[in-house]
This record gives sequence, structure tokens and C-alpha cells, in this order.
Amino acid sequence: MSHGQHYSERFCHQRLPEKPVGMESQHKHLLELLRRTAVHGESNSVLIVGPRGSGKTMLLNCVLRELLEVKDVNKNVLPVHLNGLLQTDDRIALKEITRQLNLENVVGDKVFGSFAENLAFLLEALKKGDRSSSRPVLFILDEFDLFAHHKNQTLLYNLLDVSQSAQAPVAVIGLTCRLDVLELLEKRVKSRFSHRQIHLLSSLSFIQYLDNVRSQLSLPQDFPDTKFYDEWNDSIKVRHFSSYPQLVDVLQRHYNSSKDFRSLHLLLMLALSRVSASKPAIKPTDLLEASRVCMVDSKANILHGLSILELCLIIAMKHLNDIYEGEPFNFQMVHNEFKKFLQRKSHSIHNFDKPVVMKAFEHLQQLELIKSMDSSTAKIQKEYQLMKLLLDHSQIMEALQKYPQCPTDVKQWAMSAFG
Amino acid sequence: MVRYFTRLRVRRIYKWGGRPYIFDRKLKSYGFEYLNMSVEGQEAVTTVTPGQYILIEGNDDEYPFVAKLLKFFGDESHKQKKALVQWFLRLSEVPQNKKLLLGRSPHPQEIFYYLGRACDNEINAESILGTVHVQHVPEDTPFPEPGTKDTLYVKLSWDTKAFNVLDPVLMQDTPASTPPKPALPLFPPCASPTATPVSRGPVRRALPTPDPTVMRRAGSVSDTRATMSAGKRSTLEAESIHSASKLSASKILSAKRRGSAADTPGVRKKLQLSIGASPGKKMTRADVLCELLDEEMESEKVISLKLSSSVSHSLQHGCSLSPMRSVCKTPNGQRRFPWKLSSISLDRLSPTALGEQDFSRATTPSRRKESAMAIREPALGVLAEEDSEDSPMQPIALTPRSKRKSAQLVSLRIRKQLNLLDNTQELISDGDDDCFVPSKKDLQSSSDEEKTVSEEETRGRNCKTSVRTPHKTPSKKALQSSTDEEKSEEETVVRKTRGRNGKTSARTPCKTPSKKVTPSTPRHATPSIPSRTVPARQPGNILDEARARLHVSSVPESLPCREQEFQDIYNFVESKVMDGTGGCMYISGVPGTGKTATIHEVIRCLQHASDMDEIPTFRFIEINGMKMTDPHQAYVQILQKLTDQKVTADHAAALLEKRFSNPAPKKETTVLLVDELDLLWTRKQNVMYNLFDWPTRRHARLVVLTIANTMDLPERIMINRVASRLGLTRMSFQPYSFKQLQQIITSRLNKVKAFEEDALQLVSRKVAALSGDARRCLDICRRATEICEHSASHPSSTGLVRMSHVMEALDEMFSSSYITAIGCASLQEQLFLRAVIAEFRRLGLEEATFQQVFVQHRALSRVEGLQPISVSEGLAVCQRLGACRLLLLEASRLDMLQRVRLNVSQDDVLYALKAVRD
Repeated sequence: MSHGQHYSERFCHQRLPEKPVGMESQHKHLLELLRRTAVHGESNSVLIVGPRGSGKTMLLNCVLRELLEVKDVNKNVLPVHLNGLLQTDDRIALKEITRQLNLENVVGDKVFGSFAENLAFLLEALKKGDRSSSRPVLFILDEFDLFAHHKNQTLLYNLLDVSQSAQAPVAVIGLTCRLDVLELLEKRVKSRFSHRQIHLLSSLSFIQYLDNVRSQLSLPQDFPDTKFYDEWNDSIKVRHFSSYPQLVDVLQRHYNSSKDFRSLHLLLMLALSRVSASKPAIKPTDLLEASRVCMVDSKANILHGLSILELCLIIAMKHLNDIYEGEPFNFQMVHNEFKKFLQRKSHSIHNFDKPVVMKAFEHLQQLELIKSMDSSTAKIQKEYQLMKLLLDHSQIMEALQKYPQCPTDVKQWAMSAFG
Repeated sequence: MVRYFTRLRVRRIYKWGGRPYIFDRKLKSYGFEYLNMSVEGQEAVTTVTPGQYILIEGNDDEYPFVAKLLKFFGDESHKQKKALVQWFLRLSEVPQNKKLLLGRSPHPQEIFYYLGRACDNEINAESILGTVHVQHVPEDTPFPEPGTKDTLYVKLSWDTKAFNVLDPVLMQDTPASTPPKPALPLFPPCASPTATPVSRGPVRRALPTPDPTVMRRAGSVSDTRATMSAGKRSTLEAESIHSASKLSASKILSAKRRGSAADTPGVRKKLQLSIGASPGKKMTRADVLCELLDEEMESEKVISLKLSSSVSHSLQHGCSLSPMRSVCKTPNGQRRFPWKLSSISLDRLSPTALGEQDFSRATTPSRRKESAMAIREPALGVLAEEDSEDSPMQPIALTPRSKRKSAQLVSLRIRKQLNLLDNTQELISDGDDDCFVPSKKDLQSSSDEEKTVSEEETRGRNCKTSVRTPHKTPSKKALQSSTDEEKSEEETVVRKTRGRNGKTSARTPCKTPSKKVTPSTPRHATPSIPSRTVPARQPGNILDEARARLHVSSVPESLPCREQEFQDIYNFVESKVMDGTGGCMYISGVPGTGKTATIHEVIRCLQHASDMDEIPTFRFIEINGMKMTDPHQAYVQILQKLTDQKVTADHAAALLEKRFSNPAPKKETTVLLVDELDLLWTRKQNVMYNLFDWPTRRHARLVVLTIANTMDLPERIMINRVASRLGLTRMSFQPYSFKQLQQIITSRLNKVKAFEEDALQLVSRKVAALSGDARRCLDICRRATEICEHSASHPSSTGLVRMSHVMEALDEMFSSSYITAIGCASLQEQLFLRAVIAEFRRLGLEEATFQQVFVQHRALSRVEGLQPISVSEGLAVCQRLGACRLLLLEASRLDMLQRVRLNVSQDDVLYALKAVRD
């Protein structure tokens, strides 16, 4: 296995880490809970809450992997995976549950019966089970909060009701990033939820963060090519990092911005993609470059691709914003402002026909650099539709600085206080 | 039974017959002598007279209710047709738990005289399906051998508490006891066959006519026809036909019987036997009696043994009713015998050839024989000889004996084949054969007489086998018959039976199809969760045990702290069940206050009480608004739980409407629990309307208990007519106080010492202060035991759950995670939150656009000495906070213009941020 493949698996979340980092107590709690369901047949419900990228799914998958390694449990649990983004209503969710449980009304991949029948069937099936003899079912609800938006929360009510009554043992595991998820639950549903929440809130210090970066970059010990292994792992030693204060700065910036693994993986992926056969080691500059790519302002990028006319219109809008303190404007106002500029100061720019300016204006709208304030149904002439600029001053000025061969009079106009 | 038609397709027409007499002047009700009923599209008319036993339409088509008709009456307009009845119960109507009181396996045709008071004995006459023959079997007498299906046997009475020996007087005298007019038999004892107006179709033809042969032929013809057409007919119809014909027959018989001492079934049976034994032709009743009495002791016992043993088998074949019995009952059985005897001789002559066919016939239910016999009776003397000539009965009759010796093994195999063969054989056989089919009972009885007491056991088997035999291959039968011939002693008996058989065969065709077992259509897939390979482990230590007990799902021995509510609901439901009336109750309370649990407890207690016979039986059904996808599914679920039918919502509504509004007799009270009532709300509120309207119907006997969370639900969401029907019986469950919660936990733990006293108090006080939700309380305790277990490694731990553990659990469940979340957020996110607050302060509003906040954010980062972030990054930070719901954001397509609000109080944010800095 090449190291490239190894990293792509690691950074694209295709492989679970050996041990979840920085969440030992949560790991223990969840494992213990699911183990009791699997072994003792105790019904439970739990929510795993944490911001995006904090490792909720990773934690759960680690626990499941560990759980299934236990001999008793291996063939005794029925995991059912649901995702709020896929199962957008209870009808679909029920079919999916029935399918994954492979109940008797499933033929092939098709689930027969109406919504009502499916519900009745599933409930009946769960009701017939009992604690000691039926296989525990693990309902894993990804994006749990979305299930709370289903009509009447029928599915949640029923799952949680089963978990609170003497029926087939179930564990309902919800994953969500919303801290207020309990407030979404209807009072009856809420009462049936056990109120166990496992929070994944990383309190990673910067030192730990750096350690993480290193461990993520290092090759595993079982890497076949030992020579390469040594060279590679040596290249990411501490001294290399600390000898590059720039590098530490960049990482600190990333750390300040977000502590989650996903953004870190993105950064490292970009850096690693610069490694090639001719350059078989990762250099601090790679990381710097990757960081630059990560941090770049997307809108400023778009501005670089605009024509001079469009840029002029943007500047006119900026002036209008300054004058009217953020009140919306329309095409006519922008055009007037632009004409004023042409008359007074412009030397390098021709007079454009109004339709041409209009076209440029529409293009800006398409790029969503400006946004119409009127509802689209209102029949107002294009010229008079009220618009707002979706750009910050700083973005415009930065773009102008970097704009290739930007005429000086345009720059001056942009920087002058009033048009 | 094969059901060919649904009940709905048979429309019966009821007409009063006879001269009305004034029954009650005040009520202006009139009594009537009899009721004519006919099936639409058929000419045949069945007459039902008081004193007869009738079948009454019930929930189960196959087993209609049985009762004895006491009298008819109606109102002036003659539109309402009512009847007073004395109920009989089938075993299936006896509550499940009481069935054991019987102490023996019931006879399939057994019914019980109903002495209870719970059932209204006034029924709608139009629910009468037809008549049936009921025979009283004395306590110590075994049941007669399998006879026709139409005969039912009464041995015991049921007073809702126990089975008692039935006083024969009750059975005999009922007609006389009917006040206005004792039900007189329609036909005087000596009535000529033509007098019977009742029977229709085949039966009619089978009625006695002067010339027996003709009669028989006709009967047989009709029989075959009937067999062919049986498939098309609905069972009900078929039944009613039978019963009708039987009725007429039985009427005649009963008329004759009247006054004779031989009335009791036991005696009757003996009568037969003795008669059989005595070759003499027509005897006077007295003579017969004398003989009978002599032989009684021996023969009766023998027979009874055989009979009882054979009963079950015979049922399988569809010949459940024994012709013998009916014959036996009638005191005039004597008359029949003579001709039978004479026929026997003839039979012997032509044994083998016909034997085969006869055998096949033999399978046909014996009831037909009965009726046929009864019909013939008047003409018996004359006809007897001819009959016997026509019918080569011997082989059949003999078969049983041969069987005893040889065919026991074979019988097993035969049994299996029987069902199939029954039909085909009948169809194949021609009319004449039909007439002479020997009934199993006959066979049995004959065999009984032949053999001595010592052979009882074998006989029992024989009887069974003989019954089976007919299906066997013809050759065997022939052999058997030949062997049979050798034994001459009891041939007389055999002949008798043959005679009967011939008659019964007329009936056969109709009955057989109905008796057959329908191949059960494979039902829907059974819902079930696969079972585990390794059984679940039992709790190991004390904490495990405590945890198991504290799980909400574990059902406690009793429900503490809801005694008052329990009592109120109990009284309510109990009174309704006792009175046989209906009613509604509305129960409200916040979640986790034990509403559903209390009702379940009430129902458990009531079930127990009804098991103890303190209250009538009732039925409990539960639906839950949350467990259905649409309010109208409520109908479907109720109907399915009531009758196990699966239909669409509309159809279910119609069926339920019919069920609850029709005066179907003898309905047990239904207790319906509707959980989460508010979810059954529809715009028109018709579901709720129906649920509350049904109990008000006179015949519904429906008690509806509804549960919802809010006290004022009826006022808030129900329109007036619905709220009005719900009534004012309301109850509200208050949230538990801390003392109650403590008591609940203590009672659940039930002396498992896992908690310190203080810890329990802390939990209950905390929960009581927050919600009073018992579920919460139990969950916290459970979590506390886990925490305790984890910290058990500490040397200081005592193994008990202490305050600290409970505190930790409470913290986990109740502490807001916002503050921790802010504490753990990245620096930029924290900065953004500060920027938001700064912007709010600047604006004096609780809302700002991202653009505005971002300006603040940039300024703040400069103050903090951080490199300012780009707008894109700022938006990403903002979105992350929004995803956690620390901030509330507008749709992200508004980009920089989206407005930002805090989802946490500013103080909390500042507090959290301050904590981070320190």
C-alpha cells in the first residue's frame, strides 16, 4: 500500500483510527451503554451531540467496531442506520428500517404494504420481542434533529416508546450537532427520551493540536518500506516544525479558526498533494501553500475574474453604499454614479452603452455579488429593482490591489471618499 | 367449513305468523305464535315457534349464538320483532380463564345453559338465523356418539362462575314457563308429515309422504343436488335449511314425546338400544320403557364410553352430529325401529355390492339422517320394508365390527384422507346410495350392543375407525362387510341404524361441504424480530439489579401514589361493565405522570376480577394516536383488534358503526383506551366524534377512556358536539411531588439497597421541581448507578449510590451544554460571539446582520492581536456557531446580509467567555 493511499483513506474518513483521540470518557460511556443493550437486553436511548467535524460518527463507529468484536454480541445485534438527510420522512424511514431489519414483509429490496401497514407491522414486531430472547436492535439516527421535524414525530415517539417499555430491546442512538436538540422534541417524545447526552466538545490545547498534526502525518508502523518510513517520519519531527515559526503561525491560525479534524484533514490533504515521486518528503512550504489556499477569500477570487466595467459598477455600488449607509440601490443609480465617474475622472474607460452596462449589471447579479431585495414576483422594471451589495469594503479593496493591470484612475476612484 | 358466501349476501325475511294476542296492554306489545322466516329468493319458509332452540346471529358466522326461544312479541306496527330467549353458551363464549373449570375436554357440540344475568334476554327477532336441535344429556351420561352437526348437547349450566349440573327440569319445562302462551308445538304429536310447513328445498321433499320409497328417492335426489349446489350456498343458509328441517322434525318428535317419561336423553338412548335388541315391531311406549330400564345400566355406560371417545373424530369429518342422538331423544324412536329391523334382513342379502358405496356415504354427516328419520317417522311402519330393500346397508353397518378386529391401523391413514374423500364420494354416489348411508353413530351404537362391556375400549376405537372406514378403498369395506355378516346377533341394531342412515343421507350433501376444513390461507408475514443466539445475561450485581428495576419498562408490582386516581377509574369502568352501559372518560396530565400505567393497572385488576367472576367479562382494546399514521387509521386498528379483520379505514368505520349501533345480542362490554387523543384531531373531527358517539348508543356497551396531556383539550380543539359527547367525566393527573417520586423509586427498588437515602431525596426533589416526570426520575437514578459503578474502583466507594453520583447524573442531564460548548469553541468562534454582543450593544437591538458583526469582529481581532480573518472564514465561523444553535441565523443564501441572533443569553456568553479567559 502506498503512503498516498494510506493518507487518502485517513483524511477522507474511510478508515477508522485505532482509538478515538481526546474522547476517552465518552467512548467508555457509549461502549458500556451499548454493551448493556447487546448483552443484557436493556433498552436505552442516547444522544451524541457535538459540533460538526468533532468525531461523532467516528466515535460511534469505533464503539460499534469494538462491540462487534465481542463474541457474544457479534451475531446478536441488529444495527439499523438511518440518516435524517436521506430518510426525509417517516414513510421512507420506516421502509428503510424494515428493509434493514429484513422483516418478513421484505422481498428482495422491496418493502410491501402501505405506510400505515408498515408502521403497524414494525410496532407489532417490536412488541412481540422481549428483553431476554429477541435480538437487540440498534437504531442509529444520523442528523437526529431532522427526524424531529417529521410529522408528529411519529417515528421518534415510537422508537423511544419501545425503548421505555418491555418490548424488544432497542438502543436509540441519535447523532446531532445541535445543542438545543431536546427542545425540538415534542413533550411526549421528550419524556420518553432518557436524556442521556454524550457531548463531544473538544478542549484541545494548541500543543495537543500540533501533536495531532504530527500523528496524522506520520506513517503507521507496519508500513512496508522501512527506509522510507524512517525518512518520512523524521521529516515531520518536532524540530522541523519549531524551526519554522511561519509554519507554527499558520497552524495556530488554523487552530484558532477551528479545532475540528475535518478542517485539519483538508489542510493536510492539500499539503500532501504537493508531494510527488521527485519530491518524496513534505516540506513546511507545502503546508504554508496549502494553508494559503484554505484561507483564501472566495469572493475576492471571483472579483479577480471580473471585467473592468463590472469592477467599475462594483465601485459605484460601494460609493452608493457609503453615501446612503447601506440602503439598497437600483441599476439606474449605479449607472448614474458610473457616468459621473466617466465624465469627471475617467481617462482610460470608454463610455459604454446603457444596454451593455445593464448586461454587466445582470452578470454581477448572476454571480450573486449583488442581490435583489424585491421579491422576484414583483413586476418592477429591471432598472429600478432594488439591490444590495454582498461584498465587504475590504474585499473590494483587496481585489483592486490584486487586479491585474487595473487602471489607476479606477483605483483612485475606488479609494476616494465620495465618488 | 367452507364458507362460500359472506353473510351479507343472504337476506332473510321475517314475518309474524299466527294470530297476535295482546301481550302487554301498556306497552302495546303483541305476542305472536310463531315467526316465519325465509331467505330472499327462495320459497322455502322456516317457522320458528317458542320452545324451539334457535341460532342467533353473532360475531362468528361459524358459531352463532344458541338460545331457546321463549316467546315472540312485537309492537303494534309489527315492525319491531322481538323475542325473549334463554341463552345457551358455547364453550368459546366462556371466558378463556374459566374454561378450565370445566375440568374435562368439552364436547365440540356442547353448550351450556346460561344462568347469568349479564345478558339481555330480549333479542331482535330478526337476528334469528334458524333453529337448532338441542339435547339434554344428564350429568353422568356420556355424550352421544357423533351425530348431525345440528344437534347440540347440554349437560351443564354456566352461571358465570362455575359449571353446574343442569337441572333437567329447566330444559323440559321452559316452554310451559313462558308466561303468555306456552309455546305449543306447532304440530300435534300425530301430525301428518304434510303438516310441517317449515322445511324448504331438499328438506321439503324429504318430508314424510305416504309412500316412503318415493320419499326417499326424492330426498336422495335433492340431496345430490344439494351436494352439487352446496358449494354455492352460504353455510349459513345451509345451516338454516338443516335446522329448519330438523326443526320441523324435532317439533313433531317433541310433540310426541311430551308427557312420556322417556324424555331424558339417557333414557332415550337406551330406548333405542333396547328397541334395537328387541326385534318386536311397534311397541307401546310403556313396553319400550320397561325394556329400556332393564338394559339401561349396562348398555348406557358402554355406549357413553364409546361415544365420548368417538366424538372428536367424528367431528373432523363433518359428521359431528350423531343421528343416533336425535333418534334416541325422540321417544317414538320405537316406531322407527320396526321398519328398520325388517329392512335389515333385506340388507343382508345385498351386502357387498352396495357396501362400497355405502361406505363412502358413511362419511357424510349423520345429522341428515336424523332429520330424514324424523320426517319419515309417521310413515315408518309402512315404509320400513321397502326402505331396507332399496338400501344395501349391511356392509356398512357391519363394518365397525370388522374394523375392531382388523382395521385399527388402517384407520389412522384413513383419517387423513377423509376430508378429501368426503366431498368427492358424495358427489359421485347416486341418489339411492345417499339415502342409505350408515352413520357412524349407528355403527357405533350397533357395535356397542354387540359387544360386551369388556370390549369397551376396542369399541371406542372401532367407532372411530368405522367412521373413517367409508373413505377407505372399497375392497376393504367389502371384506369387512362380509365378515360382519357372520355376526348375526346384533344385526337388528345394525338395521335400525341403516334405516336411519338412509334417511339421514338425504341431508348429507348440504352438511358435508360446510364441515370441511378450509385450507387456511397463509396469513400475512408474521411480524417478529429475530431471536438472539445467546440469551440475554441476567443482572449480575446489586447495581445491575437496581438498574433493571429502575428501568421504566419494568412493570412494578403496584403503582404507588396513584391510589385515588386508580380507584376513580376502576369504579368508573367497573360500573359501566357491570351495568352493560357505555361511557367516556377524559384523563389529562403531563407526560410521565402515570396515566397509561394507571389505566393498564386498572384493566389488569378488572381482568382479574372478571376472572374471579366478580364482574362480567369485558374486552380491552388500546390504540395510540401516536402509533398511527393518520387519524382514520384508528378505525382500522380498533376493528382489527376487535375482529382481526383487515380493511380500509372507510370500510372499518362502516363496520364499527354497524357493530356499535346494531342490537346484536349478548355483546360483552368493550373497554377502549385511546392514548394521545389530541393526535386524532381532524378538521371535521369525525374520528373523535365517532369515538365519543358510539358509547352513547344503546347497544354499544363501549367504554372509552381517553388520554391527552392538556386539561382543556376538549375546550380548545373540540367542536361543541364532540366536546358534549365526551361528557364531563374528567380526571387530571397532577405531576408527582417529591415525596411521591421518592416512594415510587423506593417501591421499585423493593428493598434492593443500592441508594443512599439522601441521594434518593435529592433526585426526587430535583425532578419534582423541574417536571414531576417519573420517567425522568428513574432515568436519573439509572444513570447514577452507572456513574457509581464506574467510580467503584475508588477505595472510598461503598458500593452505594451517593449524593455525588446523583449530582453528577443530574448535571449531565440537566445542565445546559451551551456554556461548555462556548468554552470549548475555537478562538475565532469565541471572538465572533463577543463581536455579536458588542454589535448588539451598539445597536441596542438583539439582532444584527453578519456584515455588521463582522466589522466588530475584525476590530476585536485587532485588539486581541490576531490576524484578521477573511470574510469567507468569518462566514464559516458564523455557520458553525449557527449549526450548534449557539447563534440563530437566517438562510445562508442571504450571505453577508443574513441576520444573526443569539440563542443563549448574553450573560451566559459573557460568563462562559470570562471563564475561558481566567
